[in-house]
Amino acid sequence: MTVPDAPPPHVMVRADQVHKYFGRLEVLRGIDLTVNAGQVCVLLGPSGSGKSTFLRCINHLEKVTSGRIWVAGDLMGYRQRGDKLYELRDKQIAAQRRDIGMVFQRFNLFPHLTALQNVMEAPLRVKSEPREQVREQAKALLDRVGLADKAASYPAQLSGGQQQRVAIARALAMRPKLMLFDEPTSALDPELVGEVLDVMQGLARDGMTMIVVTHEIGFAREVGHQVVFMDAGVVVESGSPREVIDNPREERTRAFLAKVL
Amino acid sequence: MTGQPEPLKAVPVRHPGRWVAVAVIVVLAAMFAHLLLTNDAFHWSFMFRNMFTPAVLRGVQGTLLMTVLAMFFGIALGIGVAIARLSPNPVLRGVAWVYTWVFRAVPRLVLLALLGNLNILWPQISFGVPFDTYIGKIFGITDLHLRVFEGQTRNLLTGFVAGLIGLALSEAAYMAEIVRAGMQSIDPGQEEAATALGMRRSQTLRRIVLPQAMRVIIPPTGNETIAMLKDTSLLIYVPVTAELFFQLSAVGSRTFLPFPMYVAASLWYLAMVSVLLVGQHFLERYFARGHRTEQARIRLAGIAGEQGGTL
Repeated sequence: MTVPDAPPPHVMVRADQVHKYFGRLEVLRGIDLTVNAGQVCVLLGPSGSGKSTFLRCINHLEKVTSGRIWVAGDLMGYRQRGDKLYELRDKQIAAQRRDIGMVFQRFNLFPHLTALQNVMEAPLRVKSEPREQVREQAKALLDRVGLADKAASYPAQLSGGQQQRVAIARALAMRPKLMLFDEPTSALDPELVGEVLDVMQGLARDGMTMIVVTHEIGFAREVGHQVVFMDAGVVVESGSPREVIDNPREERTRAFLAKVL
Repeated sequence: MTGQPEPLKAVPVRHPGRWVAVAVIVVLAAMFAHLLLTNDAFHWSFMFRNMFTPAVLRGVQGTLLMTVLAMFFGIALGIGVAIARLSPNPVLRGVAWVYTWVFRAVPRLVLLALLGNLNILWPQISFGVPFDTYIGKIFGITDLHLRVFEGQTRNLLTGFVAGLIGLALSEAAYMAEIVRAGMQSIDPGQEEAATALGMRRSQTLRRIVLPQAMRVIIPPTGNETIAMLKDTSLLIYVPVTAELFFQLSAVGSRTFLPFPMYVAASLWYLAMVSVLLVGQHFLERYFARGHRTEQARIRLAGIAGEQGGTL
């Protein structure tokens, strides 16, 4: 068996034949994916197609059953010596995750901390940066997502859209190289979706590498550099938004798009 | 404010049952008061004379100190056991399970009696290399002693220390279950978010999970503290002398008037628990911050304030 090499530096994420089982259920069936630095990759597909699971494999929240994932040149969760793999310790995996921001469908803000404290928590505890510097950075990030005036609010005092924007600021506070978005607007009232997508679009414009699981086809078409359509644990087709959304080759993709458009 | 509609005028629902209940309670209370005042066996003046003596006050001090110390060590150990119980490490999980099993199964009274009489089993306690005499035999040395520290059990394990160990060990088992329930009540998304930010398990527990679990942990811990305060009366079986119930019982048996002293004990415990209840109220309010109901209260107050009113 040949051992795949680490990808070249301009590749932010490479997944190589990723399989994932939950018990005997095969959720991912050999996913290959390459996302270049500065690109936005949108994962589309029906629920249960494995998009979210794949996203969670990228930052090792889920362990892959087989296959490999590299992020910014690091093999996630393992160290390779020769053709032998060694599992990384909890501490080392945590260090790998620092470069990867994640935004969740249900925000998962820390409810016992204010918006500002939510954004400050990780740089303070994980990177042990000086408090004043962290506070200034957190204020700037809240300002960037349009919530400078909500710094002292607790999550329960914010609307869903505001909470999700705080969550994005919280992830950015670690100055990640890659941002993962797991259906960031699916839990929002329709009128609040726009404000979150605007923030994400701004991030993309600033050159952030992003992988976005979403059902927002408009966002995929406008912001995505690469669109990947997944179904039943495999990549059905991928390419530019023009190719996948406007001229899908596969019948399965066409059927899905017909339902969501 | 203009145009505010007039509130509805309606005859409120009548509650005749409540008035009947009030009448019944008043009669019962009067009967009870009559009983307290007319029965000489209460020996009220004797009781009041003897429930504030210096010895009894020292006993109160001892009871409070014991409660604080036993709860402190019980909570600390209990959090440790709970974390071990939820650890990915199977050895820790097993040890934690056995611990809670044993110390929840043995009654506190029995545990205290056991600890109070350990000197029967081991008159001496020493720390050093385990099985040193056996190891010596293997190498042909008789009576090899590799001990760092030795002492008489009676001196090391005084009544107070034995009682404290017993109460703290037993409390830790219950606290472990309470803390575990609290930690498991937190949305797994919280741990996930912290993990995704690069926090390690210990940081996630300390900074994210435990502070939120506190809201769930505090009310039963208040109950545990109250139960502990009362369970210090079991220390009479160790025995511990610097303790309220021991002191009051001593007066009772010396004067052959036990009953008034038991009433005195009840009054003392009633007073001390009342103080604890007030403390519990404020603790609960503090740890509810950021939580939905508390936030709703703050928000309503804010709205009321904006409209020039108060809540």
